[in-house]
Amino acid sequence: MCAEAGTAPASLLSLDGVTKIFGGLIAVNDVSFNVREGSVVGLIGPNGAGKTTVFNCITGNYLPEQGDILFAGRSIRGEKPHAIVELGIARTFQSIRLFSRLPVLENVLAGQHCRLKSGLLASMFHTPSQRREERKAVERAMEELAFVGLAEKYAEEAGSLSYGNQRLVEIARALASNPRLLILDEPAGGMNDQETVALVDTITAIRRRGVTVLLIEHDMRLVMQVCRHLIVLEHGTMIAEGAPEVVRKDPDVIRAYLGAEDEM
Amino acid sequence: MEEFLQQLLNGLAVGGIYALVALGYTMVYGVLKLINFAHGDLFTIGAYLGMTLLVSSRLAGSLPPVLVLLAVFFMVALLVALVGCLLERAAYRPLRKASRLSAVVSALGASIFFQNAIMLIYGARLYVYPEDWRPDFTVDILGFTVPGVRLLVIVASLVLMLALHAFIQRTRIGAAVRAVAIDQGAARLMGINVDRIISLVFLIGPGLGGAAGLMVGIYYGQIDFTMGWSYGLKAFTAAILGGIGNIPGAMLGGLLLGVIEALSSAYVSMAWKDAIAFLVLILILIIRPTGLLGERVADKL
Amino acid sequence: MMNSASRRRAASVILALVLAVLPLLLDRYWTDVCVSIGLYALLALSLNVILGQAGIFHMGHAAFYAVGAYVTAIVNTQCHVPVLWLMPLAGCAAALFALIVARPIIHLRGDYLLIVTIGIVEIVRIALVNDVGGLTGGANGIFGIARPELFGFKIRKGIQFYYLVWGMVGASLLLLGWLARSRFGRALSYIKEDDIAAEGCGVDVARYKLAAFVLGAFWAGMAGTLYAAKMTIIAPESFSFMESVIIFAVVILSGGSQLGVLVSTFLFIGLPELLREFSNARMLIFGLAMMVMMVWRPQGLLPPLPRRYRVRERLSRLLPRGAGDAAEAGNTREVPHVR
Repeated sequence: MCAEAGTAPASLLSLDGVTKIFGGLIAVNDVSFNVREGSVVGLIGPNGAGKTTVFNCITGNYLPEQGDILFAGRSIRGEKPHAIVELGIARTFQSIRLFSRLPVLENVLAGQHCRLKSGLLASMFHTPSQRREERKAVERAMEELAFVGLAEKYAEEAGSLSYGNQRLVEIARALASNPRLLILDEPAGGMNDQETVALVDTITAIRRRGVTVLLIEHDMRLVMQVCRHLIVLEHGTMIAEGAPEVVRKDPDVIRAYLGAEDEM
Repeated sequence: MEEFLQQLLNGLAVGGIYALVALGYTMVYGVLKLINFAHGDLFTIGAYLGMTLLVSSRLAGSLPPVLVLLAVFFMVALLVALVGCLLERAAYRPLRKASRLSAVVSALGASIFFQNAIMLIYGARLYVYPEDWRPDFTVDILGFTVPGVRLLVIVASLVLMLALHAFIQRTRIGAAVRAVAIDQGAARLMGINVDRIISLVFLIGPGLGGAAGLMVGIYYGQIDFTMGWSYGLKAFTAAILGGIGNIPGAMLGGLLLGVIEALSSAYVSMAWKDAIAFLVLILILIIRPTGLLGERVADKL
Repeated sequence: MMNSASRRRAASVILALVLAVLPLLLDRYWTDVCVSIGLYALLALSLNVILGQAGIFHMGHAAFYAVGAYVTAIVNTQCHVPVLWLMPLAGCAAALFALIVARPIIHLRGDYLLIVTIGIVEIVRIALVNDVGGLTGGANGIFGIARPELFGFKIRKGIQFYYLVWGMVGASLLLLGWLARSRFGRALSYIKEDDIAAEGCGVDVARYKLAAFVLGAFWAGMAGTLYAAKMTIIAPESFSFMESVIIFAVVILSGGSQLGVLVSTFLFIGLPELLREFSNARMLIFGLAMMVMMVWRPQGLLPPLPRRYRVRERLSRLLPRGAGDAAEAGNTREVPHVR
């Protein structure tokens, strides 16, 4: 890919020596990696390796004790989560966090929120420009729902959908914020085989839209299919990085995974 | 110096009473995540029951006064505990799965109900506690004369607090209460009868609150049917101050609030006493959002 | 069978008609009761933005009401500015007060916020009683507030106040209703459902919570002007913790919809009036009724219906094979349509 393009694409996201400590416990230790614009990168590792913690540092939910996080060339360390979404990083949650009592459409509209401009007064006085914006927002949200194949479920309560569909609504919600980088935390968790197969296509389609994807996933088949680049964490430390075929044969990675299986 | 010491002891006595009432708030909150706004009125019921029992026990005669006082103390605690338990059955148990604020409104309704029930039974006037049961000895501390009733209230509240602490920390049932407070579902899976534990908490909390009502009657010598609002609010403040759901926190918060109030009304301004108490609470919460001993609950992501 | 949306619309229309002709049928006493119901409805509608929509535990709404009423009373009696002109000023004063006090505490967890807001309402009441700045008249309050004038027409009779207050309620229903159905109202719903997820979707949670608070306070401040103008005398005891409790209970019992707020206000404020003949037992029954109603309807009288969006006509365009087919396909999801 890179060879075809001639020059290496600039990195959209770079972590530089990120360290996160919880009450003396080092959850993430000096992690550095780059995510190139337009790529699909997988962050893998056994349970408790600190993958989600890395995500939460990127999305501003945690403040890393050390290190810096650059997005599109600027530091986003210390920014609030909502500001980071506005800058162009959208996320899904490992334990689905939809607004379960609200309709699916409104869940997706939540992603649109930071792209809309109508203020308090315009909303209160129901101005024509506010109404126009609302119509567009609904249209856009419906497009994202159609993109994940759930347009016909727009009026249903989000909490009533199947687990797999809830994950898709979360993806649609994230996409609705026009992200440059989409962070997916175990998108296939709770999906059946059929849904997982379809998810591969969805992620590919997301990449084709020009959105960079960074994902955590335990389903190795999915990871091997969609990711061009893998980063492996164990006990908060990066133990390997590279193309899936290479990482797969890395002795440290094999040991980490086998060790993890022993524990189970 | 004498003034300061007297105010400090007065603060500790009032604070001990706040702490006993605060324990009821905090324990109920611990197991149900409910603020039992009727708790202050259970305290008032304790004060009135105590008065009635003391007046009628005058007829009993032959027993030594200390024994009568102790007997009345336990009877009040027991009766108020029963009222608390009934309240939980009637007004809170049906709302256990509902939004927490619905239960709060039910609690507010219960509070209005109790307050007016007391008023209808006893009348709206101020009541003076029977004088002959007021311990009127004095004690010399560092050369200062301290009213014995003040020390008695401090000692009684400390004894009750320590007993509760030991019960919660050392016994099997206490461990079950702690388990239910941490995770009801898991506690149920471990074979704990959650309903029974909740009933128990609604016995202990109101029991302590009722005892505190009796103590206020003996300490101040007068009671009225609206006193539950102000004491309840103060005790709730104390529970939050210490970190709601945390038992040592309620004790610390109560004692601290009592001392702050006594000292500020002596040295700053009587008229602003209540405002200062709330101001201190707000300032402490700005610095420590979960109260003094409350654990920081990390947001689960 | 009508669906619940049209049933509610019908109920709203009937209620509006009844409210429009009601004062013509009532004596002076009951007209006054209805004016006071209208004032409570204004307060409850404004608290509903904070408590009902954003889910912020706020039990000190009377503090903002007090600020509005006192600003009106002070400026009117000292500078003789016509009362109704003071409505925006009273609103702004209450909003500013809310902004200052809420900023450092808005991030507190639910129950902590509850006691802090109770603390604020108590501090305000104590400050008023202690005649802060020599302006509030202490425990006696302020008297001699002028009657309001509207286009040179002096409002003094109960029935005139009725239409003034309920006109304001009508305007509030419209404006706050539109607000609830906008991006702003949605943001509050997201925060109420799950504030971490809302923040993670790009909603500035702290800012919206503060905005809800300030807006609710602004409305309560304006209601304070109407109260001051109606009573012509105001005193600290009208803004006690008990007032806050009643407004709080009205909102929770309402379930959160605007129609629910109106019905709940009538129940809460009207019921004690109907029970006047029980004199002493009146509040006993009131407290019992609060418990019974919550146990009977824990979710409140009329929870808000979902917001409505015009989507149907666009649906066919988005679904290449038609909505019907897709719905029948059930769980098996189609391969995403790539544009």
